[in-house]
Amino acid sequence: MSVDADTVRKVAKLARIAVEDHEVDPFARELSGILDWVTQLQEVDVTGIEPMTSAVPMRLKRREDTITDGNRRDDILANAPDAREGFFAVPKVVE
Amino acid sequence: MTDLTALTIADARYKLRAKEFSAAELTEAFVATVDGGDALNAWCEKTPDLAREQAQAADARLAAGDAPSLCGIPLGIKDLFCTNGVRSQAGSKILKDFKPPYESTVTSNLWADGAVMLGKLSMDEFAMGSSNETACYGPVISPWRRKGDETKLTPGGSSGGSAAALAAGQAMATTGTDTGGSIRQPAAFTGLVGLKPTWGRCSRWGIVAFASSLDQAGPFTRTVRDSAIMLQSMASIDEKDSTSADIPVPDYEAALTGDIKGKRIGIPKEYTIDGMPAEITRFWEEGAAHLKAQGAEIVEISLPHTKYALPAYYIVSPAECSSNLARYDGVRYGQRAELSQGDGITELYEKTRAEGFGDEVKRRIMIGTYVLSSGYYDAYYTRAQKVRRLINRDFEQAFEQVDAILTPTTPSPAFGLGEKSDPLEMYLQDIFTVTVNMAGLPGISVPAGLSSDGLPLGLQLIGKAFDEANLLNTAYALETALDFSATPEKWW
Repeated sequence: MSVDADTVRKVAKLARIAVEDHEVDPFARELSGILDWVTQLQEVDVTGIEPMTSAVPMRLKRREDTITDGNRRDDILANAPDAREGFFAVPKVVE
Repeated sequence: MTDLTALTIADARYKLRAKEFSAAELTEAFVATVDGGDALNAWCEKTPDLAREQAQAADARLAAGDAPSLCGIPLGIKDLFCTNGVRSQAGSKILKDFKPPYESTVTSNLWADGAVMLGKLSMDEFAMGSSNETACYGPVISPWRRKGDETKLTPGGSSGGSAAALAAGQAMATTGTDTGGSIRQPAAFTGLVGLKPTWGRCSRWGIVAFASSLDQAGPFTRTVRDSAIMLQSMASIDEKDSTSADIPVPDYEAALTGDIKGKRIGIPKEYTIDGMPAEITRFWEEGAAHLKAQGAEIVEISLPHTKYALPAYYIVSPAECSSNLARYDGVRYGQRAELSQGDGITELYEKTRAEGFGDEVKRRIMIGTYVLSSGYYDAYYTRAQKVRRLINRDFEQAFEQVDAILTPTTPSPAFGLGEKSDPLEMYLQDIFTVTVNMAGLPGISVPAGLSSDGLPLGLQLIGKAFDEANLLNTAYALETALDFSATPEKWW
């Protein structure tokens, strides 16, 4: 198994997903299964091959650096689980 | 009167103009089949009032003359497309009741051409799945059943609602998205035509992102001609998506001559797996024979890195997904978990994401986080991107010899709900389709015939980048020769 319980906890922490104790072992098994399967890529000779970073060769477009949209505060807040006085509201982050 | 819900777009386009019926009548017929089809669980949001309004506007436009092909055509839209003021949840609990204050470019194009929205269609959560079983709305049930058997089958995924609704006559065409096979596999499972255009052909703006270098929108239709009509409207050059290709959209329908004389069709020897039913190989051979009979030349080709496409995909797509789904934080939209006394911002994120995401999405986010994490990045992610280059190179070399490539769409017909519980087994569904996404190419699934169990099977044609016109024409020739006309027997 390439992924142990500690690794699951570490990765879940990085991904900001709370994991209950009873979920750790099943996740470790499943993630190991997937990662063990993808290790078959190790048998491919990739010497001198550039990583492919775009599905289709294209140059990123440029445009004038001007404002195209804005003044839509209420639209933006409309879907927030908690919005007050024109702001997103979250638990206190500074002691 | 003929059954309005069985018509193709091309037929309805003619009949609307011949005043055989109005757009309002056409929409009413579909609203009724949508309402009568709840047993399939294909729709997650119905918008009959909006549909009636749009149909009325379409009638006015038709009366004025010179209306676009899609004017008055009732469509279903995959839940992944953001639709203004209409719930768009991407099949996920974490986006519960999200109503976008904007419209995706693809759907904007459809409405500008006069199309009518019947509602939103269920899908695997964030398009991660091949059976629609990860949808927060519960699985969609295929209108197709095995001969003499009432087992509930999957319509495929992730665009399962789009496939089931169209196959059941609940829309005249539907939209889907395809990251690894999510249009072509469900189309094959339900006897429909499913097109994944070249990456960059349809704007991704306003489509909930899963894996940005692989995602592409496309249509589900009953015929190849309808596919051309839908793509004509969906494709555009979009300033809002910097990766939308600056290539003019040609007239796709005009390309459907059916003439494929002298075209070279590649048959890749690697597109077969152990245990693949013999009937799939038989349909594949018959498809090639049909194309040959119409004057095409059949060429054996090799795509040597095919077997590595799926494992490379399961590094690249989770990596992109872990990054794209980082935005679901319980702050700006969607569902926030209930917090306990003393919980801070970290608990808010962690509890919200634990509650809001399903298991498959969590697995993929964690795989993505792992392969991108310090110490593993080069071994997994960089290597997968190098393998992706080799897969792409295989296709480039093949297309020096051939105009299109013919393969089966899936390694099996539709399976029963709950039959595949192992994630890896489910991933294998995409083995013949995922290569196309990795290379950014266009692919189309055309119904080939029925399996011995009475279930549809599809054949896939793969084309050159941005050559949808020729791909659609080859598919049109294949469709004409195969002459598939089976529909599911109504039980719902």
